[in-house]
Amino acid sequence: MWSRRQGRLRPVVCGVEELRRRGREREAVLRKARREQQLVSKRLLRDDAPEEAGEGCVSAILGETELQVQQLLRQAQRGTEEKRERALVSLRRGLQHPETQQTFIRLEGSMRTLVGLLTSNQALLQLEAARCLHELSHSEQSTVAEACLPATSYLLTYLSSHSSDFIELCLYTLGNLIVESEAVRRQLLPQGIVPALAACIQSPHVAVLEALGFALSQLLQAKEAPETIIPSILASTLPQHMLQLLQPGPKLNPGVAVEFAWCLHYIICSQVSNSLLIAHGALSTLGLLLLDLAEAVQRSEDAGLELLACPVLRCVSNLLTEAEVETVGGQMQLRDERVVAALFILLQFFFQKQPSLLPEGLWLLNNLTANSPSFCTSLLSLDLIEPLLQLLPLSNVVSVMVLTVLCNVAEKGPAYCQRLWPGPLLPALLQTLFFSDTEVVGQSLELLHLLFLYQPEAVQVFLQQSGLQALERHQEEAQLQDRVYALQQAALQG
Amino acid sequence: MQLPPALHARLAAGPGTAEPLPVARDPAAEAAPFRFAARPVRFPREHEFFEDGDVQRHLYLQDVLLQVADVPEKPRVPAFTCQVAGCCQVFDALDDYEHHYHTLHGNVCSFCKRAFPSGHLLDAHILEWHDSLFQILSERQDMYQCLVEGCTEKFKTSRDRKDHMVRMHLYPVDFRFDKPKKSRSPASPGAGTQASADVQGNSGERSEGDAMEICTEPAVASPAPVGERRTYSHRIPSTVCFGQGATRGFKSSKKKTKQC
Repeated sequence: MWSRRQGRLRPVVCGVEELRRRGREREAVLRKARREQQLVSKRLLRDDAPEEAGEGCVSAILGETELQVQQLLRQAQRGTEEKRERALVSLRRGLQHPETQQTFIRLEGSMRTLVGLLTSNQALLQLEAARCLHELSHSEQSTVAEACLPATSYLLTYLSSHSSDFIELCLYTLGNLIVESEAVRRQLLPQGIVPALAACIQSPHVAVLEALGFALSQLLQAKEAPETIIPSILASTLPQHMLQLLQPGPKLNPGVAVEFAWCLHYIICSQVSNSLLIAHGALSTLGLLLLDLAEAVQRSEDAGLELLACPVLRCVSNLLTEAEVETVGGQMQLRDERVVAALFILLQFFFQKQPSLLPEGLWLLNNLTANSPSFCTSLLSLDLIEPLLQLLPLSNVVSVMVLTVLCNVAEKGPAYCQRLWPGPLLPALLQTLFFSDTEVVGQSLELLHLLFLYQPEAVQVFLQQSGLQALERHQEEAQLQDRVYALQQAALQG
Repeated sequence: MQLPPALHARLAAGPGTAEPLPVARDPAAEAAPFRFAARPVRFPREHEFFEDGDVQRHLYLQDVLLQVADVPEKPRVPAFTCQVAGCCQVFDALDDYEHHYHTLHGNVCSFCKRAFPSGHLLDAHILEWHDSLFQILSERQDMYQCLVEGCTEKFKTSRDRKDHMVRMHLYPVDFRFDKPKKSRSPASPGAGTQASADVQGNSGERSEGDAMEICTEPAVASPAPVGERRTYSHRIPSTVCFGQGATRGFKSSKKKTKQC
């Protein structure tokens, strides 16, 4: 039977440096794809356990000719179950090769035969046929993947069967087909994929749930999802189950949670009906999950944690912009100051392990503090200003966001600015005036303005520390001129 | 990045909301040329802000990154034989046995030995093929329920239902689990049948174990003779499970068509 040992069974034939190089290449490809809004990925379940390889199928590994494929298909249809299974195993091995895939789909009646085997009542044949289909679904060639379309109604039917391994395989296959094209999705939706998934999500099997989350995330990534897919998903029981699977606690499975967190992210950032999710308690569930993640970081159980933290942060950040949250009922859901503590623990974790995620963490911090005097007070009382300042020099994007958060605090008035100065803030601000990025400097000017307004004593120190000279550097810059001038005036008058 | 030591303690302590310091804004704060306004920011799907995180996500999907959780090895048990009379398959893992059992012995109609992938389809089959009351009722009202999960449409004849499934749900015309009933079925003496173009020519009494009828070669009968598999009730109770503990709820919300 299948076991999900993908990646770990692949023989490591190259060194670490080679792996890194491939990783960088792969990353570059993905970045390009994303910029073209073509970022899709398929998953492959493949179990190449050594004990399966020694059955005289060596030739199959090299790809198969049309004659060989025909022969294997014939052999798969008659004889003892064992012989038929062996034929299918050979076929499956061959189908790992693009040429054999092409040969297969061009052969008349081949898919019909495969579907027939898929729907036979012989368990082992069904599985092998499903594995063949899975190999085809993973192909990068549209013609190959689309050749699998006749099988989709059966794949969906089998989602309500009782074999968890088989269901898992069907789900990953569906997940691969889903991203193939809008044409495929236009078939799967009327065939009832959403109700089928809604029924399947009640499975207790972790592997099934992870596969389902993957398939669902593929569906939600479709370009047309906001119009044609997300409404029916929101109308089903899927949202409640998804949130249940994200509840922190002993039953939380990280692999499953990652998939459904991404599903939620795709739904939420599409802005279809986030009030529904809030009504289902999404904010409190995700807030508690954040606390859980921070605790996991502290326990150093951080393998792959950023994969879960990223979508959770995004979901909470986007949900906080919904109007419902501002009302009394909504705001109650996320006022716990432990969220701020958890976020900083995650920021530190990103700082060490995944700095590219710092902007996303700071985005959440902005959304938490923008309209919340309480969270701004927490930042001050928990001594988090200094750690925040430590992030300033990292990158322009990070600098702007740190300064924005500080502005969120400062704009609330004198009581807040009194806690910002004296302290490390002013020296740090003077430093940023030496940056060249206009947006960074602009945000610094905004913060200085607030500080001068609400904490006039800071002006003197500013002047003593050559603040005016720092300002002069930018007085020719079109975007900054007016504000530089206003600050110079304020400083001289103060 | 150094965090204050008390932060970890704060996380461990109970929930709480900070009592906010008094807010007092001066209108001069927003006066031109300054333009800062505190506000939450939202990013839509395709925004470039998400690029880094999205790329990480896809690197993970493509197995370049580590798996999030270690998948446990399938637990092995001492070898055992399938308990169904006449079946001699041996297993050493519960998952394998579960798949075998449910494929071969579960959801099997005791009248005609057809096996179905789910209880839902088996129920529909029994109702439509072997229930004479169904035949009587169907003469007066729409009884043939659409087989697609989530669709509640009903039809007068199985042919109409098939048309619906093909047109609305894009199902294949020869969907394996929706064969029209044959004219002579043991349980329904006088019911009319659909003169549908059943291209398969499948005999209703064929048992499990045969591949789909389209293969050109005649399928050789599977080793275990059919007759020896008749010793169980027509439905495996849904409470039978194979070591996982929980019952599974894959039952769709198909309405029972009871009439009094």
